[in-house]
Amino acid sequence: MFLQQLLNGITLGSTYALIALGYTMVYGIVQLINFAHGEIYMFGAAVGLFLVTVAGFSLVPALLGAMTFCMLLGVLVEKIAYRPLRGKSSRLSALISAIGVSIFLSTFMLLIAGPNTRRYPEVVNPTTYHIGSLQLSSMQIIILLVAALLMIGLNLMIQKTRLGMAMRATSEDLEAAYLMGIDVDRIISLTFAIGSALAGAGGVMVGIYYNAVFPYMGTMVGLKAFSAAVLGGIGSVPGAMLGGITLGILEIMGVAYISSSFKDAIAFGILIIVLLIRPQGLLGKKISKKV
Amino acid sequence: MDAFITQQIDAYYLRIIIIIGINIILALGLNLTTGVTGQLSMGHAGFMSLGAYTAAILSLHTTLPFVVVLIAGAMAAALFGIIIGIPSLRLEGDYLAIVTIGFAEIVRVFFLNFELGGKAVGLAGIPQQTTFSIVFLIMMVVIFLNITLLNSHTGKALYSIRENEIAAQACGVNTTQLKILCFAMGAFLGGLGGGLYASYMYYISPGEFGFMKSIEILNMVVLGGMGSIPGTILGVIILTIAPEFLRVVADYRLLFYGAMLVILMIFRPNGLMGDIRWYDIKKRLPKKEVKKCQS
Amino acid sequence: MPILKLSDISMEFGGLRALDSVDLSIEEHQIYGIIGPNGAGKTTIFNIITGIYKPVKGNLFFKDINLKNYPPYKIARMGIGRTFQNIRLFQKLSVIDNLRVSAHGISKVNIIANMLGFPNSRREEKQIMLKSGQLLEMLGLYEKGMELADSLSYGEQRRLEIARALALEPALLLLDEPAAGMNASEKIELIDTIKSIRDNMNLTILLVEHDMSLVMNICESIAVLDYGRKIADGDPASIRNDEKVISSYLGMGA
Repeated sequence: MFLQQLLNGITLGSTYALIALGYTMVYGIVQLINFAHGEIYMFGAAVGLFLVTVAGFSLVPALLGAMTFCMLLGVLVEKIAYRPLRGKSSRLSALISAIGVSIFLSTFMLLIAGPNTRRYPEVVNPTTYHIGSLQLSSMQIIILLVAALLMIGLNLMIQKTRLGMAMRATSEDLEAAYLMGIDVDRIISLTFAIGSALAGAGGVMVGIYYNAVFPYMGTMVGLKAFSAAVLGGIGSVPGAMLGGITLGILEIMGVAYISSSFKDAIAFGILIIVLLIRPQGLLGKKISKKV
Repeated sequence: MDAFITQQIDAYYLRIIIIIGINIILALGLNLTTGVTGQLSMGHAGFMSLGAYTAAILSLHTTLPFVVVLIAGAMAAALFGIIIGIPSLRLEGDYLAIVTIGFAEIVRVFFLNFELGGKAVGLAGIPQQTTFSIVFLIMMVVIFLNITLLNSHTGKALYSIRENEIAAQACGVNTTQLKILCFAMGAFLGGLGGGLYASYMYYISPGEFGFMKSIEILNMVVLGGMGSIPGTILGVIILTIAPEFLRVVADYRLLFYGAMLVILMIFRPNGLMGDIRWYDIKKRLPKKEVKKCQS
Repeated sequence: MPILKLSDISMEFGGLRALDSVDLSIEEHQIYGIIGPNGAGKTTIFNIITGIYKPVKGNLFFKDINLKNYPPYKIARMGIGRTFQNIRLFQKLSVIDNLRVSAHGISKVNIIANMLGFPNSRREEKQIMLKSGQLLEMLGLYEKGMELADSLSYGEQRRLEIARALALEPALLLLDEPAAGMNASEKIELIDTIKSIRDNMNLTILLVEHDMSLVMNICESIAVLDYGRKIADGDPASIRNDEKVISSYLGMGA
């Protein structure tokens, strides 16, 4: 029973992690809580659904299509709503702009798709595998595999490639990176692109797993993924992964052993306690104040 | 007086005016915490709901006078303001933001499961004791106290925490005490506004005090200009009236609202009144007479 | 009795020793200079005196009080004002309001009186305005009183930092590289200002600086730091002739 819950928690948590990565990467570079990120995730779920039902795609092409769409959307949002503000305003104005985008995108979806919850058709054979007493559905396997693949790919990209190095440099010190000849604008666009693509993948998989796609699905998940990023230490890529999976496990365990009606309260309660003990998050670097 | 007002002003407009008054009280509270002192709070609706539920339950189950009920609600919120203020001593910026979001969510989930508060259905039939004159009176007192406080040296000390906390301490400012105080005062006004709101609406439910409500109030403060009282009031008026004007475009209302936030931030990144001071306005006015006398 | 006494102060940052058993003794009414190359630990001493850092070892006394046990704001209220090397003004407050923040630090009137505008609060505000005006006049900032701090020129910002520290009515004033970024004539002006502040306001001044000429010019006592260690102290003449100082510091440039 406990192991089963743990497994479910990890599955849920790896989707949180995919979305949290976008928050943390963007934050690491421009110190902005990208509030529209939850809506990008929602668009991922919706576009995936569209591709599967209307265009008749199978899972993998639909996943790739949704990721590409979200990538473009993320870059577009950054160009229109954040770039004009960069450097000349307080971080809070950028935050409000992000909130504006978030409201705009969810309303836009509401207008074109209506408020109803839509469901994915059967894209995966609903097989359930038994390992001892553990039950593992085929969708869970897919989620775990895709999440692991994407996260490994991201890590390789950040650690091994020149672009990854430029990203790390930019998040360390944007101005210095600029002076060293890094095209900072391009790196920021790239960060939004990657983060949004990951959120899109998360959207498709959650849409199929929970079988529910609706215009406001991004709000709560966005909040939780952001919490996960903060829990892991915002700005830290491994932190977002760890934070996402931790939050997923905590949430499932909370529902299983405490109470399902307090589901969201439990997750946030634990988050607050962790932050009070480790203000920089689980894997965040402690920045000592410079005087 | 209220009888006269209800005769003179169309019910629809009166309703908007009263909501503006309540929102000014709410937003001036958040302005103290976030605008003036710079502690990013994204859970103002949590304080509002604490005030609203406390006031609603008291006026449904007791015969206490309305003022007492309102103050009880505000005090309940202020108590939690102090509790939420404590993390602000250790956490900064976005970490604090997430704690305040979490707090508001916990409060919402609590009321969703709170027997006495009617759970998810909420509370109905709250006696409507909020009238135009009460809102107006409280609003004026709140504005007045905000002005005197922020113009005093204590007010400047509050701003100094936002501007540079280390330098503030070097100037002898007890930042610990003032930060908690600001959370308490902000929460107090949040609870006060919540109590007025509950009693004006007859009906409250946990869903009204969600994350979007907190964001709505934050928008008002940031849009007007952080830390500026006239700015906050202007922000409240614009963002309360805008959705009414946008009713014309019906379904597209929120679409425009979102776009408007983005556009306003692009063109006025410091808020509408954020970088305008009375002093600068006065200086720009033609003053030929005065100059002649001086020379 | 010295007004400020540091004994055996050591400080570490992540295993790196920034200060190593430093002793200092500053007499009342002195202008005392700490010199040393970058990274010698000068600013760290200021941050320890003002309570931002707590030393890993040693004690420091202001008059009779052991400062180790007090938070920064209390230390400021006892009468230790400071400026910062990298200017830390309240940029979006007006010049005079920057001073009023310090006045708040030593104010006797509580927040309720402030909020309700009680007579005692109004009386105090009037006094604060008067005093702040005098300070601004002394530092040549009177005309700029209502401007925002971030609209001031660099030199004016440095002077405002001093004025803000003085608004605490300190007994000890700490100046962190007051001459940084100033040209020769501005430095001469600064020397006059520092001397007149000391004489008119009857206080003790401790300054850190790596501009040799300025320190030799105005300081009555000097301590030399190198890699967190005090290698010499005494009056300017003896410092100039100290062999250790010449080899490790003066020798390089001169």
